[in-house]
Amino acid sequence: MPEPKQLDIKQLYDGFRDPATVRQLARTIAHEAQQLLQPLNIMEVCGGHTHTLMKFGLKELLPENIHFIHGPGCPVCVMPKERIDHAITLAAQPDTILVTLGDMIRVPGSAGTLAQSRANGSDVRPLYDPLDALTIARQNPTKTVVFFAIGFETSTPMTAVLLQQAEAQGIDNLLFHINHVLVPPAVDAVMADPRVRVNAFVAPSHVSVIQGADIYQPLVDKYATPVVVAGFEPVDMMEAVLRLVRQKNAGAAHVDIQYSRAVNREGNLTAQKLVADCFTVRDTFRWRGLGPIARSALQLKPHYQHRDAEIHFRAILPEHELDDHKACQCGAILRGLAQPADCRVFARGCTPERPLGSCMVSSEGACNAYYRYQSPQRAAG
Amino acid sequence: MNSHTIELGHGGGGVQMNRLIQEVFFAAFGNELLQREEDAAILPLPSGAQSTMAFTTDSFTVTPLIFNGGDIGKLAIAGTVNDLAMMGAKPQYLSCSFIIEEGLPLATLKAVAQSMAKELAISGAHIVCGDTKVVPRGCADQLFINTTGIGLVQKPGLSASNVADGDAIIVSRDVGCHGATILMNREGLELGSALASDCATLWPVVEALIAADLDIHALRDATRGGLAAVVNEWAQASAVAIELNEAAIPVCDEVRGLCELYGMEPFQLANEGTFILALPAAQAEQALTIMRQFSPSTNAAIIGRASHSEQQAGTVVLQTPWGSQRYLEVPPGELLPRIC
Repeated sequence: MPEPKQLDIKQLYDGFRDPATVRQLARTIAHEAQQLLQPLNIMEVCGGHTHTLMKFGLKELLPENIHFIHGPGCPVCVMPKERIDHAITLAAQPDTILVTLGDMIRVPGSAGTLAQSRANGSDVRPLYDPLDALTIARQNPTKTVVFFAIGFETSTPMTAVLLQQAEAQGIDNLLFHINHVLVPPAVDAVMADPRVRVNAFVAPSHVSVIQGADIYQPLVDKYATPVVVAGFEPVDMMEAVLRLVRQKNAGAAHVDIQYSRAVNREGNLTAQKLVADCFTVRDTFRWRGLGPIARSALQLKPHYQHRDAEIHFRAILPEHELDDHKACQCGAILRGLAQPADCRVFARGCTPERPLGSCMVSSEGACNAYYRYQSPQRAAG
Repeated sequence: MNSHTIELGHGGGGVQMNRLIQEVFFAAFGNELLQREEDAAILPLPSGAQSTMAFTTDSFTVTPLIFNGGDIGKLAIAGTVNDLAMMGAKPQYLSCSFIIEEGLPLATLKAVAQSMAKELAISGAHIVCGDTKVVPRGCADQLFINTTGIGLVQKPGLSASNVADGDAIIVSRDVGCHGATILMNREGLELGSALASDCATLWPVVEALIAADLDIHALRDATRGGLAAVVNEWAQASAVAIELNEAAIPVCDEVRGLCELYGMEPFQLANEGTFILALPAAQAEQALTIMRQFSPSTNAAIIGRASHSEQQAGTVVLQTPWGSQRYLEVPPGELLPRIC
């Protein structure tokens, strides 16, 4: 019997970083962009794309009439302080272990970060894989383990799997604090601001793998803007820009899938069903920098209430809304009204090591990407 | 926001740790030798002495104790011996302290000691004094080791502040293997990979470079904070601009793949047997030829150069394969994976 074929991670990016291809795409974009009637203001919705632009130095390769406006698609950046305070309060409970993903532990709430509360004795554990929460709960039967769940449509199915596994395995000491948010209502809220000048979209890669490209059709219908769903590699990003230029030049506006190796129109139906089985849409959710947005986040369905940390700990969770530091411009940056360098605390009072605002914390945040990868040429100029 | 307690990020080898060292330790102990911030201190000896001494110390904590490519014992010897070698000193005598958690299997301790003996043989250094403490269960994580070493300086003048205009920057091998291996072992990632730590004693290759009488300006092993931390430190200490060619920096597929999955930079991951070298570009090929004869540095590569620049002094710029540029930053503190 032949050996089963193994997929190397390398195969997922090799070829999509080919220097000759990137250079050729840059030349073609520069040539065709000369015909644009007005500047192309592209919103890359997802923080991963902001990261690609900066990490690979792609902005420098593009002509003057193509601008990027960084969208609200960084799950860490959009969490308001009161939700961070929830996490810190939960972590401080006796016999409680708070588990969460990645750089969430560095985001400042009203009185510090989860990393600081860990240093002060709270049991906070960053996870690499949400399913590790099952092991932690099993190994600590006398403690309550709270999974502080964050992320857009991409990470919601993993939380759903975790929930269903906990149910199936009868692991009763695992609770969920749900902060899953949705891309389309957030983009819609940004576009509703008349000051926003976005006239094209690079749509998220992984969100689209789950939800399908059709979720962006309302954007096209409402605002007549071209949308290209792009992958995260340099060639993906450059090709997406070229496709946007071509739609503009042709006077067209439709949803186009550049990331066709992973995205189709309808998405991953199994994952969508899983999410629908576990979650329902909240009436409203307050976003950091954007304020309350109707039907923009999820919560557990009533039959999973017994696992809902917001219900279980209702008596102790702080309720009041907390605004950002006055000097912080995260709100304007998330709405595309300011660039990171426009903020007067950027790289001075606010750095990745001591962030004032959440856009500086996450590797998907616009400020963080600018701080880390800023182009020396632009910085000098 | 100021932190009032020590966080894990304070030990990450990045900006956060540098600030802690400045604000607490330099404030308390500051002296000229300490504040040179080299891998090892060069001790002033009474006049008439034939050679100067290098002196260094390092503590080792790692989970798991035994990992692909090494163990805490090998690490404890190679780490201190390498710090001496990076100052051009032949490692001579080491002290060794063990802090052992109650309940550690004796077989594990024996295996670690044997691994240390094997690693010592590579440089010819000896452990000549030591200390053993056992602490109650829960007061330490299995086993902590401290080693302190002294060596005789064979090549004076190596320093982070001696990198000069026109120097080539060379890396001894592909970067990030130790950090990626520990991440994989610790998180139990089942990626079915042959990835192993680069943990190795570097004295033999350094000795050969010294013997060739090359005009080496700086040597440093890229431990915590990785390649990014070393080149940034050099750029600042020597007030030069360092330009690296991204395509020339060797990174193996396994490390790159893991970094893609977790949103990390291979250049910021720790190494335990990888060093960076700066010397005049005209001698770079000769250095490479020597380095490639030794097992820890068979794929040594020239990755960039240092230059005098008013505007860019103190910075490290990465040239991308498609002709754009970006800064290569020092990692901030604790490395955490991205979310989606």
